[in-house]
Amino acid sequence: MADDTEVLVLGGGSTGCGIARDLAMRGLEVTLLERGTLTDGTTGRMHGLLHSGGRYAVSDQASATECIEENEILRDVASHCVEETSGLFVQRPEDPDEYFQEKLEGCRDCGIPARVLSGREAREVEPYLADDVSRAIEVPDGAVDPFRLCVANALDAQNHGARIETHAEVIDLLREGDDIYGVTVRHESGPGKRTHDTPGTTEEITAEYVVNATGAWAGQIGAMADLDVAVRPSKGVMTIMNVRQVDTVINRCRPKGDADIIVPHETTAILGTTDEEVSDPDDYPEEQWEVDQMIDTLSELVPILEEARTIRSFWGVRPLYEPPGTGTTDPTDITRDFFLLDHAERDGVSGMTSIVGGKFTTYRAMAEEISNHVCAKLGVSASCATAEEPLPGSENIEALEAGMDQFGLRSPVARRSTQRLGSRAQEVLETNEANPVICQCEGVTRAEVCDAIEQSGSDLNAVRIRTRASMGNCQGGFCCQNMANELHPTYDEATVRAALDELFQERWKGERHALWGEQLSQAMLNYALHATTMNRDQDPADASTGFDYARFDGGA
Amino acid sequence: MAIEDDVLVIGGGLAGTTAALAAAASAKDARVRLVTYKQSTLRHASGLIDILGYAPGDDANAPLVDPFDALEDLPEGHPYERVGSQAVRDALAFFDDIAGDAYAGGHTDANALVPTHGGTVKPTARYPVSTAEGLASDPRETLLVGFETLPDFDAPLAASHLEAAGAPFEARGVTLSFPGIVRDDAKVTRYAHLLDHDETVSTGSGETGARTALVTAVESYLEDEPRVGFPAVLGDEHADEVRNVLSDELGVDVFEIPMGPPSLPGMRLEERLYDALEDAGVRVTSGVPVVEYETADGDDDRGWRIDHVVVDRHGAEIPHRGDQYVLATGGLVGKGIESDREQVSEPIFNCHVPHAEDRYDWFVDDAFGEQPFAAFGLVPDRELRPLDPNGEPEFENLRAAGSVLGGYDYAAEKSGAGVSLATGYVAGTRAGEEATR
Repeated sequence: MADDTEVLVLGGGSTGCGIARDLAMRGLEVTLLERGTLTDGTTGRMHGLLHSGGRYAVSDQASATECIEENEILRDVASHCVEETSGLFVQRPEDPDEYFQEKLEGCRDCGIPARVLSGREAREVEPYLADDVSRAIEVPDGAVDPFRLCVANALDAQNHGARIETHAEVIDLLREGDDIYGVTVRHESGPGKRTHDTPGTTEEITAEYVVNATGAWAGQIGAMADLDVAVRPSKGVMTIMNVRQVDTVINRCRPKGDADIIVPHETTAILGTTDEEVSDPDDYPEEQWEVDQMIDTLSELVPILEEARTIRSFWGVRPLYEPPGTGTTDPTDITRDFFLLDHAERDGVSGMTSIVGGKFTTYRAMAEEISNHVCAKLGVSASCATAEEPLPGSENIEALEAGMDQFGLRSPVARRSTQRLGSRAQEVLETNEANPVICQCEGVTRAEVCDAIEQSGSDLNAVRIRTRASMGNCQGGFCCQNMANELHPTYDEATVRAALDELFQERWKGERHALWGEQLSQAMLNYALHATTMNRDQDPADASTGFDYARFDGGA
Repeated sequence: MAIEDDVLVIGGGLAGTTAALAAAASAKDARVRLVTYKQSTLRHASGLIDILGYAPGDDANAPLVDPFDALEDLPEGHPYERVGSQAVRDALAFFDDIAGDAYAGGHTDANALVPTHGGTVKPTARYPVSTAEGLASDPRETLLVGFETLPDFDAPLAASHLEAAGAPFEARGVTLSFPGIVRDDAKVTRYAHLLDHDETVSTGSGETGARTALVTAVESYLEDEPRVGFPAVLGDEHADEVRNVLSDELGVDVFEIPMGPPSLPGMRLEERLYDALEDAGVRVTSGVPVVEYETADGDDDRGWRIDHVVVDRHGAEIPHRGDQYVLATGGLVGKGIESDREQVSEPIFNCHVPHAEDRYDWFVDDAFGEQPFAAFGLVPDRELRPLDPNGEPEFENLRAAGSVLGGYDYAAEKSGAGVSLATGYVAGTRAGEEATR
């Protein structure tokens, strides 16, 4: 019996989508399964730093070298997902001089362009830096949109014939003797694009080879076939500010520590992070002190953060892994390198390789190596082209920027839209239909929202990650409803209502960690708009029983 | 030398304006002044006057038919419990007088159910006349009209939602382009302005007035429906005239669906209230924050008195002295209640605001759950004087009204406007009486 697909990739994060694209470009038949929305796991929960490698230039020079190589490749093939902010490693009076020197030399050893700025020069670049920052090393760090990048990989995989299934949870590995030959998957709402309120189905998908790219969840997948994959999930918090206090990445130049980086990201700045091992990647405490620590510690570098408005906080889990027997106790000491666990070699079970560890900046290189491995297994000789072929959206950015005003949008909106869409802007924005702004905070128009709906069905969180709608100051208070309106009439009223509720609750989840000052005021306004003005909290359409309209005032 | 008044009201929303009007009404020769800082939150509000739509703590999801029935059972400390149900009725009658023919609903104690721009329905006690023909308990068939450049209101979706909500009539929705709107992101005031001034617009069949153009656009979609609902953009200054013209020319009843911010019905109400302040001789100083206050030793044993407050007028600090003060600066949205990472506070007089020490106890995980932050605010006695942690009045001559008060969740109860009216009315009346005693 023929297999349903040649390669089955489990996990729709950057690694999984990168592998799917790579293999599909090499002509293989690929199916990718993701439990939630693309980027739902670790990828969508990072601080958006495109490493220069500077961060690892002392502790892990192999990683540092790999980072700067990949950094340069991504600026090229994924230019619409990258902002070339550059970055500073800043030194405070209490931070050791020796380390500063080591960092500088390490960067140079690894081929990372680095130059030293005096405190005054650093403050010329970033005026809000603390007065007592004594000096800084400038490196080519960048900001990257992990959502956009991951989706672009998935889209291109699809363009090359891959099947991408989101909201598709693997519930079992199919194993016969010592061979894994597929999975059983539960589709939340049937195969294909997600539609709310549609009953789910299960499906068996057989494949010649399975790649387990589920990161922090790799152990859970392995366990389905009695394989021991000992990932060590480690959580980190990130706090989002409502404006960019800095335009370059600010790193603290000291050996290690929590709360040592600020990444400017689109309209926001993201503070990170902590590093704490957890036992379950789906269930770990999200604590107040972690948020406070971000603000308090990073205010030492950029004092205005103390009084600034945060719009939400979120936690991510790293898929840390170290080979058995290494015995590292502190998660910050565990290598960020990745490991390819061929279960045939390791466990005598053929048909599957797990990929663990690694980091976002090097996702493409990881994907290349795994794809090489899979191709070797399958006897395929095609070579990797992902370092040269631009991702959809990044093919011809220059031509686009020249013609930015052509879509009849106010220029700031047009600028934001074209930056997000890259070279797809024309295809998406050229419309004869009215194209009002749906999300005021992020300047997202109807055309972009509809394009995202076409890609992802009634899943408004998938629309969100493609467009940034609902990710600004109001955290969806003003625009969730408008986003949901765009689902109709393709989707019926009950579907739209369910999709809206899901997005509204998702936005609330992260905002809970920012509830003081301006954002608490915003939260009350959002609550009032939805509960008072629209009565969404007591929507009669959601009630189990109807009520008697005739008893109410029917007019004079 | 301070500016001297008998009653000084701080805050220019529904509670503040009501308090100032009530003070002026209760003491005919009293000098009443209202100071406001930022735009009032009325422009965020739907313009509906809710008294009580749902009983607090009742999970039955059934709106109250008669809000007055439920007033007697409210928990101790609820602003309505503080002032008593008779005061709520008096305040509503006071409002009806001010609103005149601009509002309807006074013919019955029963709540009305008004369709919202999301397509659900909302219980309310008084509604702008512009929404009167759209009531959901009125069983007439309905055509809803939305505009492709107003993404907040999707008429076909709202029509299906009304059906899902069990509304006792057939509703149908269409989406049209609004004649004369050339920019896809025009503000709602632009729509209103086009109709207010019946501006000349280009249509497929030549140039015509915006009102006629809109009628022509809608006409061809109208089947047998005797009423047509539009998003609330039908004029600002001449809203009644616009609605009447559309109604006459279409030969059906025309109504508006209240919308989110900026809300024309909210702005029209604000306009009406400020006209009433002018008629009542209340002095209004707007655009200025109150930045501090000074006390004087009380002349009896009833505690501290506020002697004067200081207002910041473009950098100049100007003292304002009143005999009596009403604080109506709003809640978290209006910034009458503020917070930082450690605490919740009232910024002008630093009155006591009860709240959990740990800010993670300020909220619950369900966005529509019982949110503790929604009830943040001052604790008043039955005179509406804010109380300190020991249950003593913070100041002898300070009363508070509206959403600066705590102990209730106006969003869940649908009681925001009603509490503002009732407490504004009581605080203003008492302040007027005291000041002229």
